[in-house]
Amino acid sequence: MPMNIFHVAGSAMAAQSQRMNVTASNMANADSVAGPDGLPYRAKQVVFQVDADARDDVGGVRVASVIEDSSPLRTVYDPKNPHANTEGYVSLPNVNVVEEMTNMISASRSYQANVEVLNTAKTLMVKTLSVGQ
Amino acid sequence: MDKLDAALGFQREALNLRVQRQEVLAANIAHADTPNYKARDFDFSSRLSQAVEKGRQANSFSLSTTSVRHIAAQGSSMPGQELLYRVPSQSSIDGNTVEMDAERVSFADNALRYESNLTVLGAKIKTLLAAAQQ
Repeated sequence: MPMNIFHVAGSAMAAQSQRMNVTASNMANADSVAGPDGLPYRAKQVVFQVDADARDDVGGVRVASVIEDSSPLRTVYDPKNPHANTEGYVSLPNVNVVEEMTNMISASRSYQANVEVLNTAKTLMVKTLSVGQ
Repeated sequence: MDKLDAALGFQREALNLRVQRQEVLAANIAHADTPNYKARDFDFSSRLSQAVEKGRQANSFSLSTTSVRHIAAQGSSMPGQELLYRVPSQSSIDGNTVEMDAERVSFADNALRYESNLTVLGAKIKTLLAAAQQ
């Protein structure tokens, strides 16, 4: 098998940490009315994929893409806001803070699980090095 | 198979399979959030008895010799075995069949068995060394 535990767990940790970064960005921008393009921020989600050749059965984790949430934007009636349209409505990001929060907890738990896997593998490797002594 | 090989052969195959299983279980844990990932595993005892009974098979790798006095050698490897799919007790909506609790229990169990295997192997090596030094 051309892959090893360190690669599998390491890639999973990298992927989960990217997921956590995206979640942090979503939460931070939950009220960003306008981004660099002048449009309201849209929630982003990472898509995980198996990082392996077709002939391999198991492999690491890869972030295939970061997709934008296509659900409709929140609209709030606020005529005083400079971004309000002619009818007085402001479009706010479609970030669901509750969802993002659970997403973050899930990512952090998965990250921890992979750290434990890595630690166990490391301990076993060290013990293997001293076999017969 | 020489005598040393025969003495340690069982432990070698068992350790080898434990490492392989550890990798498969680590991949399952790593893919707990990957949509459509199917958890994999293999039947350790049947694989081990197969490995012990049939032994290793010579593969296409052989040592290329540039002198007539070089000793010829042939590579040997375990035939690649197909992994099985785990049957989930609770299916999830994204097609992922990893059950984190079960996987982590299997992982810890496998790690412990790997370690006990190492201990037995170490004791066996010590016994052989003691016999050799008498």
